[in-house]
Amino acid sequence: MEVTETWYLVLSALLFSIGLVGLLVRRNPLIMFMCVELMLNSVNISFVAFSGALDDIAGRTAVFFVLVVAAAEVVVGLSLVVALMRRRPTLTADDLTALKG
Amino acid sequence: MIDLVVFLISGAIVLGGALGVILATHPVRAALSLIASFFGVAVLFVIQEAHFLALVQVVVYAGAIVVLFLFVIMLLGVDSTEDLSIEPLAGQRGLAIGIGAVTLLLILGGLFLSGPGGDDGAVALTGQPSRTRALDLPIDADGRPGGDVDLLADDLFSRNLLAVQATALLLTIATVGAVVLVRNRGAEDLVVDEPGTASG
Repeated sequence: MEVTETWYLVLSALLFSIGLVGLLVRRNPLIMFMCVELMLNSVNISFVAFSGALDDIAGRTAVFFVLVVAAAEVVVGLSLVVALMRRRPTLTADDLTALKG
Repeated sequence: MIDLVVFLISGAIVLGGALGVILATHPVRAALSLIASFFGVAVLFVIQEAHFLALVQVVVYAGAIVVLFLFVIMLLGVDSTEDLSIEPLAGQRGLAIGIGAVTLLLILGGLFLSGPGGDDGAVALTGQPSRTRALDLPIDADGRPGGDVDLLADDLFSRNLLAVQATALLLTIATVGAVVLVRNRGAEDLVVDEPGTASG
């Protein structure tokens, strides 16, 4: 049985949905960032699958840029978490209802 | 056949790791599940001949990003488990799972119900096929496809040169932003007890 790109796209859809549910359910900002990473990874899977199916290098180039943006996002997000934890003893997203410090 | 076996095993690792992330009560366990999921994705890249991307996936994602997560978890205290049985907002969880299921059905519907893909849309919009550069992986002496790093570098530094430079700017801004955000504002008030100026 041949593994076609449809298999990869179904796996990517499943991974994206799991990440989305986790992002909506969990309240710890660290875990929410991890779920965003899962969603970015699912997009990477489908980029590489399309790159192979359409015989085009552009999909793999896009994965490269997604990776860089994910790294930048994690750096800024985690520094936000550290800055917030200095002011509040507990860390849940529900407490952060105002932009005031 | 071997592709199918590898795909099923690594796909199970990817999805199991993802479920581990969203079901773990302890942030460290979630981070370790995330590593498992990233390694599964790297294996999926390898069986699609994307060797360089698999390497970068392991080094950057499973290495740098997850270590950064673990570092912050350790910095903020590792004892902060979350009791998942409490649902603070009534109906939040059901609604979230519903939204996730609808998203999954929409994606799968678009995947299986849409017509065969092709360049028709791109031709209608731009007048030319969307093909940018063919993915002709080099064949080495043993008849196996070689690495994709040459093709990737060629595409990155010719067609996407401006985007690469924008990426450099983005990373610089992110680094400066992180430094500004975690800077200790109380540092100005700190009295530094330098040797030599100490009185008494």
